[in-house]
Amino acid sequence: MLYSEKVMDHFRNPRNLGTIDNADAIGEVGNAKCGDIMKMYLKIENGIITDVKFNTFGCGSAIATSSMATEMIKGKPIEEALQLSNRAVVEALDGLPAHKIHCSVLAEEAVKAALIDYYAHHPELEKPAALPEAIHCEDCAHCG
Amino acid sequence: MNHVYADNAATTALSDTAFNAMLPYLKEQFGNPSSLYMAGQKAQEALYQARETVARCLHADPKEITFTSGGSEADNQAILTGAFLGAQKGKKHLISSAFEHHAVLHTLKKLEKQGFEVTLLPVHEDGFVRVDELREAIREDTALVTVMFANNEIGTIQPIAEIGAVCREKGVLFHTDAVQAAGHVPIDVQAMGIDLLSLSAHKFHGPKGVGALYAKKGVRLFTLIEGGAQERGKRAGTENVPGIVGMAAALEEACAGMEKNNLSIKGLRDRIAAQLTKIPHSKINGVPERGLAGTLNMCFEGVEGESLLLLLDDRGISASSGSACTSGSLDPSHVLLALGLPHEVAHGSLRLSLSAYNTEEDARRIIEHVPQVVAYLREMSPVWKDLEEGKRKHVI
Repeated sequence: MLYSEKVMDHFRNPRNLGTIDNADAIGEVGNAKCGDIMKMYLKIENGIITDVKFNTFGCGSAIATSSMATEMIKGKPIEEALQLSNRAVVEALDGLPAHKIHCSVLAEEAVKAALIDYYAHHPELEKPAALPEAIHCEDCAHCG
Repeated sequence: MNHVYADNAATTALSDTAFNAMLPYLKEQFGNPSSLYMAGQKAQEALYQARETVARCLHADPKEITFTSGGSEADNQAILTGAFLGAQKGKKHLISSAFEHHAVLHTLKKLEKQGFEVTLLPVHEDGFVRVDELREAIREDTALVTVMFANNEIGTIQPIAEIGAVCREKGVLFHTDAVQAAGHVPIDVQAMGIDLLSLSAHKFHGPKGVGALYAKKGVRLFTLIEGGAQERGKRAGTENVPGIVGMAAALEEACAGMEKNNLSIKGLRDRIAAQLTKIPHSKINGVPERGLAGTLNMCFEGVEGESLLLLLDDRGISASSGSACTSGSLDPSHVLLALGLPHEVAHGSLRLSLSAYNTEEDARRIIEHVPQVVAYLREMSPVWKDLEEGKRKHVI
């Protein structure tokens, strides 16, 4: 089997699937040319991610990593969400095939992209040190 | 509920005829065809019969048939033969098409590194090589033309007889990878001017791990595997007797039932196509009327192929896709890209390939489930949302 039971579970029954109408932050990463795009919607109250939804165009692992990442940041403070690593997502899914690791990178970046968007709309808030300046699709080795 | 197997271009179920033909050679008749005693001679006789059968199905002479481990080996051997024979006369130019199987393309790549020059003919939007473009591409130093008989992903049947005629006129060796065609469309190596032809048993309800290479009399094969006098020294190694016997039985059966089978397979395929093309922003790749009876390749905008396959599998349907994720590489299928499809559309492809074993009920279930799965994936696709909202332009 290509995927672990956990990956298949999150692929078949994605958690937090959908969009948020009045989202406080939206992050989109990936490229249709590469075959995956993730879009993450956040609701943030007092520095806590109170709700999160996602939409993904991509393969089974792209959908599963999106789903897992949303579960891992839901209800968490922004600082903690910024610590989410692609490795943690992979571990939580009981592993991914080597050529699918980039999907987990995308999931991590989708969270960060959404948080960058949040602070862009809230210049009055102090940016956490862990917040990246920007997410560049071109930086990813996936497309070469 | 039975599983719907719709990936016959990948492999097929072994036919009862082939299975029963193989059985004695897996057990009692285990002799080595090279042995002089009775058990060996019986195996030798089985090989002789199988060679005659395969030759008959291709309108070839039994001496022109070499048994191999499958289509890939036959492709490798054929192309290296063409290159080697050409190089002896100082000819180091090879012509092929952009959407060949990797067994062909990778062998050509290897030869390119060894100083050969390769021209890949375009296959245009419809998935066909143009004979006039081939004619123009042939040079004084062209050693070999290798163009597949029928494409494995979109099924388009190439103008093989016309290509053969041009090659004959120009005095260039012609190989065709007929892995998808053998047993499915009529093949006459003589009338079609074919010098070398590869086929694989498991694509026509024969066993896996066995194939054949036809080489016209006088074309001296380059030996890939050294070490014995089997296959007249052209392919060492004790012959896969049960496999070869199974292949011959399957090919004979496929050729005998070809017309009747194709009629019913095409009926199912066309019914499925008529319904699935009703899905908005979908497109058929290739030209089904000029293709293999069972192949239907489609793209659905805004969805990704691997997800589509996994969800269809959950609903009991086996199919294939040309998306990057299913290829194990990062790019979508080179076949779909060769048709000029943009990457994002090629990622959303679905290949259904039917055989005579598929039923009306199978077609009904494909027609029921594919639109549901496409709709579900579009619902969660940000690409589809952008298309719907006009932020991204529809390509198909």
